Amino acid sequence: MIPLSWYLTLAAALFCIGLYGVLARRNAVAILMGIELMLNAVNLNLVAFWRYVTPTVISGQVFAVIVFAVAASEAAVGLALIISIYRRRATVVADEINLLKW
Amino acid sequence: MTPAQIVFLLIAAATLLGAVLVVVSHNLVHAALWLILSLAGVAALFVLLEAALLAVVQVAIYIGAIAILIIFAVMLTRRVMADSGPQTNRNWWAAALAALMIFSGLIVVFMQLPALGATQTVPLAVESEALVEDLGRALVDVNRFVVPFEVASVLLLAALIGSIVVARPPDSPAEGEAAP
Repeated sequence: MIPLSWYLTLAAALFCIGLYGVLARRNAVAILMGIELMLNAVNLNLVAFWRYVTPTVISGQVFAVIVFAVAASEAAVGLALIISIYRRRATVVADEINLLKW
Repeated sequence: MTPAQIVFLLIAAATLLGAVLVVVSHNLVHAALWLILSLAGVAALFVLLEAALLAVVQVAIYIGAIAILIIFAVMLTRRVMADSGPQTNRNWWAAALAALMIFSGLIVVFMQLPALGATQTVPLAVESEALVEDLGRALVDVNRFVVPFEVASVLLLAALIGSIVVARPPDSPAEGEAAP
């Protein structure tokens, strides 16, 4: 059988790749893609722990479903913000969106 | 090496390859397509973990909705970000360092888990349909998870209305106003 540690290592790697994408990319849409990768890693961890540690309690899957809902709303609002910024300022580069920077 | 382990390693390799190409590829449309590969790999891992409903939800919501939404956003904002030119900011090495440090920190934390030695899953007590039924009941049961479920639905509604309001063209006439 597959050890639990394999799932955890894969989820950690996925999370850190997403984190690198969030911190290093300049395009705001690419930053959102990194956030999606991180949320997926979290979900993978939740489901793996549910299956290996508490398979009789359904709460692990419920938690994953709630994370899905949050991810969907986050993507919708984030992309709406990016489209709105693009309309007003004609840029999607995160460095150039500096109206609130001091 | 059992067959299940080989299948896991293949899916994990595809998932990680897709994820790496998402964060390094220059062309954002290609990055979005690699994101779909990575999300599909996670869906396959849900199948391996016997969470069939979550695998279907992953395909429907992530691949069917979020990835397509991202591709739309890339195409709507394409002109400003040419495929040439640097795609990372000048602190990319610090970002890579932070990601590596967090990865090693996570591995160190995992090493102390008591459950880490679990290599054998107990077979699920109920079959798959009963599991989905239990999940559905748990989400609407007053004594279990109805409050988080309702909060999530209100959050989805708020996000829906909010994104419509935010993404509206700035000077479009309000609804109901007759055009002259």
